[in-house]
Amino acid sequence: MKLDVTALAVFLAFFILVTVLGFYAARWRRGDLTQLDEWGLGGRRFGVAVSWFLIGGDLYTAYTLIAVPAAIFGTGALGFFAVPYTILAYPIMFAIMPRLWNVSKNHGYVTPADFVRGRYGSNGLALAIAATGILATMPYIALQLVGMQVVIGAMGVTGSGLAADLPLIIAFLILAAYTYTSGLRAPAMIAFVKDAMIYLVVIVAIVVIPARLGGFGPIFAAANVHFASIVPPAGAVILGPKAYWSYATLALGSAMALFIYPHAITGVLGAARVDVVKRNAALLPAYSFLLGLIALLGYAAIGAGIHVTAPSLVIPTLFKVMFPSWFVGFAFAAIAIGALVPAAVMSIAAANLWTRNIYKAYLKPGATDAEEASTAKVASLVVKLGALAFIIGVPTQYAINLQLLGGIWILQTFPAIVVGLYRRWFHPTALLWGWAAGMVTGTALSFSQGVKPTFAFSLGPATIAPYIGLDALVVNFIVAAAITVALERSGAAAPPDVTSPGDYTAAPPIIVPTNLLGERA
Amino acid sequence: MDPKADGKRPVWWLLVLPFVALLFPGLYAHAEPAFFGLPFYYWYQFAWLLATTALTAFVYMRSR
Repeated sequence: MKLDVTALAVFLAFFILVTVLGFYAARWRRGDLTQLDEWGLGGRRFGVAVSWFLIGGDLYTAYTLIAVPAAIFGTGALGFFAVPYTILAYPIMFAIMPRLWNVSKNHGYVTPADFVRGRYGSNGLALAIAATGILATMPYIALQLVGMQVVIGAMGVTGSGLAADLPLIIAFLILAAYTYTSGLRAPAMIAFVKDAMIYLVVIVAIVVIPARLGGFGPIFAAANVHFASIVPPAGAVILGPKAYWSYATLALGSAMALFIYPHAITGVLGAARVDVVKRNAALLPAYSFLLGLIALLGYAAIGAGIHVTAPSLVIPTLFKVMFPSWFVGFAFAAIAIGALVPAAVMSIAAANLWTRNIYKAYLKPGATDAEEASTAKVASLVVKLGALAFIIGVPTQYAINLQLLGGIWILQTFPAIVVGLYRRWFHPTALLWGWAAGMVTGTALSFSQGVKPTFAFSLGPATIAPYIGLDALVVNFIVAAAITVALERSGAAAPPDVTSPGDYTAAPPIIVPTNLLGERA
Repeated sequence: MDPKADGKRPVWWLLVLPFVALLFPGLYAHAEPAFFGLPFYYWYQFAWLLATTALTAFVYMRSR
């Protein structure tokens, strides 16, 4: 592949811009960065606009921008489940996240495992929640690197051996450095640039590309012909009845999982007020609209007659065919920067979990605030270097598979976290067993299918293939409920709950002056 | 909408609508009627995106 100098120059210009911003962010709304609250949650002072950019930039990752159109390109309508998923996630966010924000504010919780520990008084359960979060987040970070790798490669930057990975290593070391110095402020600041670029790229693409292909009519006609010609059938433009269960359960299960991912919680807990969280539940779907448009580009790629050697190349190839070099560079920079924001927030989230729920809970119970913050900073470096080594050392498919398993795993923390926000009915020991049963069931079912998200079985006359994450969650709930009842009958006392009902519905009454955007003045 | 004494507000039930509308693909997995070349299946889901946003905003304003 020929090196595209123009594209590379534009790409580098924007990459350097965000690097400067990332380091500058340490001085933004200056706080004492030797405190975990300041480093790991940006001091909990982000208003509506900053939170919108941060959470949106965090959830709609570079990998999403590559993978969703690739799924549409490969399987058609089934790949569109990302849209109902990212619609339904927001009523869920609206219901549960204000409660989590309130209780976290009242008790100084930084991670979901902090909350679980306070609510259920169980170190073991908190450890399970923290470990699941770290385990699910690591491959997710690695996938962000895949997004960067794809666009760097598509610009013709190639080499052999270590040189092939050198651009990726440099980019990630820079990211690691400014996340270390600036904490959550760095992705919050970069998110402005990232999201503005992504919106611009997608709007241009969704106007220009269909126009050049004669509109959506001809694009879908071409897609129909394409899917009809594939043997054995790979999918269709309109979802077939056999895929209804898969589609609905993938959408629902993913939506239930989204806001219990550690990086989503970190983004939400950075909000200054509970109102910021609620308003964002109504404002963030703008990104889902964008995602839907990006998904449709998968069909545009079929309409444009694009052939690729790997699904991840669909979007880069489409852009190279359709746009001049300078815009290709701009678009690729948007995708690469789009990888930096989630990678930074995810590594911070994992570092917070490590520091609060493993280091402080088990290794050094008397750690001071400053020790907490410095441990988290180092942990964020370790997490990112681990992801880097993983991507360089093992086939990409491993990271994709692990991320898929990560979604199934994180859903197993739903009973402890989400149900716990409303009722403390389950016994912590029962929740731990339910979690274990869900983890084993989900992992085993997925492996039995060759690491796939769905598992087919007969339900009466019909064969259905629901999302394994939900299958495992049903097992999880049944086990947790059965053991809770058994423990209650045996008269076993549950450990104390340090939270009270009022903690979930109101924050401590501190009057803070705000400006028009609702940000702390 | 009279808020009940225990704080449970009926307006919250509006947020169930998107789940019903989107979790039964049989309702919308059709090609026709198309809209600017976009099959029904796609624009229906885009429409529910807008509707869900509006419902969430409405519930937010009514439950403040």
